[in-house]
Amino acid sequence: MTNATVISANRLSLTFETNDGPVHALKDVSLDIDKGEFVSFIGPSGCGKTTFLRCMADLEHPTSGEITVNGVSAEEARRMRAYGYVFQAAGLYPWRTIGGNVRLPLEIMGYEKPDMDARVDRVLDLVELSGFERKYPWQLSGGMQQRASIARALAFDADILLMDEPFGALDEIVRDHLNEQLLNLWARTEKTIAFVTHSIPEAVYLSTKIVVMSPRPGRITDVIESPLPRDRPLDIRDTPEFLEVAHRVREGLRAGHIDD
Amino acid sequence: MRLTVLPVLTVVSAIFLIWYAAAVWLNAPWAYDKATRTGETLSAQTLVADTWSQEKPKLPAPHQVGAEIWKTTVEKKITSKRSLIFHSWVTLSATMLGFALGTGLGIALAVGIVYNRTMDMSVMPWVIASQTIPILAIAPMIIVVLNAVGVSGLLPKAMISMYLSFFPVVVGMVKGLRSPDAMQLDQMRTWNASPSQTFWRLRLPSSMPYLFTSLKIAMAASLVGAIVGELPTGAVAGLGARLLAGSYYGQTIQIWSALIMAAALAAALVGIIGLVQRVTLKRMGMT
Repeated sequence: MTNATVISANRLSLTFETNDGPVHALKDVSLDIDKGEFVSFIGPSGCGKTTFLRCMADLEHPTSGEITVNGVSAEEARRMRAYGYVFQAAGLYPWRTIGGNVRLPLEIMGYEKPDMDARVDRVLDLVELSGFERKYPWQLSGGMQQRASIARALAFDADILLMDEPFGALDEIVRDHLNEQLLNLWARTEKTIAFVTHSIPEAVYLSTKIVVMSPRPGRITDVIESPLPRDRPLDIRDTPEFLEVAHRVREGLRAGHIDD
Repeated sequence: MRLTVLPVLTVVSAIFLIWYAAAVWLNAPWAYDKATRTGETLSAQTLVADTWSQEKPKLPAPHQVGAEIWKTTVEKKITSKRSLIFHSWVTLSATMLGFALGTGLGIALAVGIVYNRTMDMSVMPWVIASQTIPILAIAPMIIVVLNAVGVSGLLPKAMISMYLSFFPVVVGMVKGLRSPDAMQLDQMRTWNASPSQTFWRLRLPSSMPYLFTSLKIAMAASLVGAIVGELPTGAVAGLGARLLAGSYYGQTIQIWSALIMAAALAAALVGIIGLVQRVTLKRMGMT
């Protein structure tokens, strides 16, 4: 792994003007994400973790400060299709098959037909959905739909994967399984992943770096470099190292709340 | 199957019962008039028989209308000026043309409203205002103006039909094209999709349920428009012409048979759209 910085935020602030006055969704947020890192953002609702992710994706425009993705502005990076974004809901089109849904961004980006087919096969295999290409979304479970939406985000050559609580709506058993798969996928593809979650075990299990945030104004209270090895079986969650990291995250979250 | 047949039959027989009773009630004065003039006295039986078989009744009985429809559809050649099929065809062709024009105009306006801020702010009030003007008031003007510029025949009627049918399509399609949620639109943005790609791949498919609902209303409105358009054309042909001629000469049976024909036509057309809707939405996984 090289240590090239992929995403860099410098004193980023974002204020929403509402009828009840300004809301500081982000205030003076600075963070560097290196290539190949798995970074989780955790915090209570309103802490700006999703807003931060949306700034990286150029879906939200910071009021002040700077953010670069792959060394260029977030907007330029979006235009160059530098990242795949996975939303909370799978958002598959009911009128397209699973294969058709994965093909959608490729069609938009103008890939050649044989290339498209090969890519659809490859990413469906990555998320263990081979053989479901011709099925329609309603024929799949929620977990499988979310996997298909991850495949869709991986289908084109983006080195960055931005994920906004992708497993938030799923039950814990499915979630464990998907977390394991996601780590597997991360190891195989060497993508840089930014992952928003509100689950402490999920953040600790997945990440190389955990960013703890707190609300009003949205800010970073702690950045924890995980001492856990990259290769993580599910039962690593019972080890003292794991519990120690989880404890530090919990402390960070509590510290953020005391300010209220 | 039996579950749906029984209620339908019940309602239909109730309608016929009320219809026959109303025919007796409305046509009785005329029957009494005739009887007084000839000095007869009417028994209940002859009264009922008379009210159900007058030549120009205030309300013709169902079997009279049925017989008239049979006579003017099955027994007349289609090319005959007295064939109801011929007149229905005239109205149907104007309806279809008006429906096509109205759907096209409606979708075009909806796309404009959704994609252009100026149109979004300015067009809708005019669209709504256009529907507050009674169609009967402007139909003759449309015919006269178009005639003056040398357009006559099918097109003026189709224009009136279009005038009525584009409205539900605009309203439905604006809603339909805006039905994708913020997440779906953000997703398109993350792929840097162009506006036209977003339109064809997301907005248009998402709008299909709204489109079909609008089309059903538009189809019925088209038929009304075509019939209204036939009223001021000098009563040459079409169901509207039959209605007008019937009212000139007090031919109530003719009016009712034209009305029933129009209703059947509307039901069939809306039914066809409903069928296409079911098949399409099922195939699109949107039911």
